[in-house]
Amino acid sequence: MTAAVARPVEVRREADLRRIRAVLSTVATHAIAIAVALCFLLPLLICLVTSLMTQQQAGTGALWPSPFAWHNFTDVFHDMPFARDLWNTVLYAGLSTIGVLLSSVPVAYALARMSWRGREVTFMVVLATMMIPAQVTSLPLYVVFSQLGWVDSLKPLIIPSFFGDAFSIFLLRQFFLTIPSELTEAAKVDGAADWRILRSVVIPISKPAIAAVGLFAFLYAWNDFYNPLLYTGNSSTSQTLAVGLTTLAKSSHQNAYQLQMAASIIFLAPILVLFFFAQKVFVEGVTLTGVKG
Amino acid sequence: MLAGPARSVKGAEARRSRRRRPDRARWWVVLGFLSPFLIGLAVFVVYPVLATLYYSFTDYQAGSYQPVNWVGLRNYRTMFADTQVFWVAVRNTVWMVLIMVPIQTVWAIFVAWILTRIRRGALVYRTIYFLPAMVPIVATALSFIVMLNPVGPLNHLLSDVGITGPGWFSDAAWSKPSLVLMALWTVGNTMILFLAGMLDVPKSLYEAAEIDGAGAWKQFLHVTLPGISPIVFFSLLTGMIYTFQYFTEAFVASGSANPILSSNESIGYPQDSLLFYTTEIYRQGFQYFRTGYASAMAWLLFLVIFAFTLVFIRGSRRWVYYGGAR
Repeated sequence: MTAAVARPVEVRREADLRRIRAVLSTVATHAIAIAVALCFLLPLLICLVTSLMTQQQAGTGALWPSPFAWHNFTDVFHDMPFARDLWNTVLYAGLSTIGVLLSSVPVAYALARMSWRGREVTFMVVLATMMIPAQVTSLPLYVVFSQLGWVDSLKPLIIPSFFGDAFSIFLLRQFFLTIPSELTEAAKVDGAADWRILRSVVIPISKPAIAAVGLFAFLYAWNDFYNPLLYTGNSSTSQTLAVGLTTLAKSSHQNAYQLQMAASIIFLAPILVLFFFAQKVFVEGVTLTGVKG
Repeated sequence: MLAGPARSVKGAEARRSRRRRPDRARWWVVLGFLSPFLIGLAVFVVYPVLATLYYSFTDYQAGSYQPVNWVGLRNYRTMFADTQVFWVAVRNTVWMVLIMVPIQTVWAIFVAWILTRIRRGALVYRTIYFLPAMVPIVATALSFIVMLNPVGPLNHLLSDVGITGPGWFSDAAWSKPSLVLMALWTVGNTMILFLAGMLDVPKSLYEAAEIDGAGAWKQFLHVTLPGISPIVFFSLLTGMIYTFQYFTEAFVASGSANPILSSNESIGYPQDSLLFYTTEIYRQGFQYFRTGYASAMAWLLFLVIFAFTLVFIRGSRRWVYYGGAR
């Protein structure tokens, strides 16, 4: 830069031009990036402002609540069985996450760190089960669960998660494969059995992957609509929020948009809080899923 | 994605298994570790898949005490002979696979590409772009129904700039495009994959391209795109599989866009434009309890997804480029 003074005029002008072009392209990029950001924020903002409107205002396309109807957030607890739905959702998401982790970690360990004949085939079977549409399995399962008397309870949602989840097994296996064998070999020389190696070597190292898989399992259950619709859709005690939101906020054949939006905000709040505190885990989990697949 | 590492792992494992003799006690340990999955596989996968196949050849009606009769291919014939509902559902589903999935992928690439061009504030932008992917689908669908209602906020904004907005979810011509809009909003997961892939492309390739005189567009076409082709493949494949099974968005949009209909009557609203293959299975199987017929539909879906996946994987070998040993 300091040497520029000594350079001929046209060289300096070219450098200036290049700098101007660089600045312009940065400005253009940011302009596009901001426009895209606004598109991504708009639906959330509209959801938020609508949740603060009165019933009269909510359907009118107004862009700002006047007056602010903060009571919507307490109304959802009075006007609809929101607390019950919320509790059921917490139970479903919490217990099924525990189930997925308890059952999938040992399977992934066997697929990644133990050598046995048929391992590759078993792994292919795990992958293949992910391709089966839920509609194929849900018809007979519905029959079985209703014969067991489980329909209209949370059992059909929670209990299957204790029998391994293909997606979680796959993710965990990918991660377990990356653990250097020196670590487990050392434990083996010390005479540790597989169960102890898993508990005292593999699981402690794999905490980030296990956290990511746990988060995904929790999110899946929290967001799940199809299974709760089938098994608890007509239930007066076991309905979850995903289903409750679509049916309960309709008052007298008129959409109570403001209540639906207030309920939606409460529904997605825990997810957003999780996301902000565990952003790295999420992003790593997502990239782990795709790129290493 | 699978080629490189899988082969080397297999080699190492072959060496390992030659070294260690599998003994019987170890087999039991392996079985113990696998037992949750094996039981789950039998109960929640193998049994239902076979049962659905069997049902599909019967007139079984879950819940009724009618005797179950073997009807051969009648359910399948009924499906194909249907002139109304079935083919409408097929057409709408194919529309989504052919139109929504490619648009979604192009948009995800575009958004990721913007992020690679940004130095300052990249983390803030990335968080904002990824955020919608975290919102539960039901909440997303409900928000879009509020935002896109015919007299709603978006049409309000559009009229401010002199555009008369469409009826969105209450207009049969606009209901599927409205779902596409929603899919663009929730593109975060795929976008992150593309971003990671783009950042993985070696800098030296860009430098070489620049020396050859390639501009930004040419660099994107000849360096970035081949570099991320495995992710394009992954995104199109998973998007396709997901869209064949598209359910929640359509069910909620149909059910909530019209407050007068109960959610049971509203499947496909407006005018069957949001009648998809899976919503039709749901209606046949869980509202009319025509379990046999719904099973035939479900099995056909399974076969179609399977066939498309195989064809797609085979076809991809021509355009997916796996760089070296990753």
